[in-house]
Amino acid sequence: MDVIAFYIFAAIAVVASVLVVGQKNPMHSVMLLITSFGALAGLYVLLDAPFTAVTQIIIYAGAIMVLFLFVVMLLNVPREEPAPPAVSALLGPTGIRIGVILSLLLGAEIVWALSRIGLGWFPQDPAAASVSSVALIGASLFTRHAFAFEATSVLILVAMIGAVVLARREH
Amino acid sequence: MTPITPYHYLVLSAALFMLGVIGVMTRRNIIIIFMSIELMLNAVNINLAAFSQQLHNAVGQVFAIFVVAVAAAEAAIGLGIILAFYRNKETLNIDEMNILRW
Repeated sequence: MDVIAFYIFAAIAVVASVLVVGQKNPMHSVMLLITSFGALAGLYVLLDAPFTAVTQIIIYAGAIMVLFLFVVMLLNVPREEPAPPAVSALLGPTGIRIGVILSLLLGAEIVWALSRIGLGWFPQDPAAASVSSVALIGASLFTRHAFAFEATSVLILVAMIGAVVLARREH
Repeated sequence: MTPITPYHYLVLSAALFMLGVIGVMTRRNIIIIFMSIELMLNAVNINLAAFSQQLHNAVGQVFAIFVVAVAAAEAAIGLGIILAFYRNKETLNIDEMNILRW
């Protein structure tokens, strides 16, 4: 059951991501990206991480993608990009060709690294406790990682002020 | 069928990350480039959650939450930059975004 669910969610995520990159209209891209994030939330549930799954839905699909939608609708330029999609990009200008070559290089490196790891490398410990408890995450967040937590609050304050300053109209 | 191991999640995460990289490198629309960056951050999050489950350590999920917070801050700033850029140049093509070059 878990195996089938994994393959379904993974297929949805990968297909939606391919379409996000290949789409001409940014509006369609945003919708497909929300689909992809929904599938990833399903994978978090399979991974015994329900809190991360809910965070993914609320913050990513709920807040960040709505922000993207606002900007896409505000700018209202549905299809202005003449650049070719990823498949025919090899025939495009030099910059795009270099981009494709570098991406394929990185892909080859990742495949090589994954083939070096092999299947038997990961330690298996089925007897240990489950990590799905929110209490465990909260305890770790507010004790051992309290400083990083507070630093994140400063980061979000900076982002808030920066967004207001950037989006303000100059007089 | 074989059970799902972290290896499966590593392969999925690598595929999503590669798609994000291809999007950043080949697309010229700045909004789609930003979405590709979000895709890459999510690929990393999948890895963190997979190893958190495998090693029975909640710290992976804590870091996934930090990544989401940083992604939210990055999206707010990035979209502010896009708005300011569009107001000045009337385009979303990053090839036009070259006033800081040289």
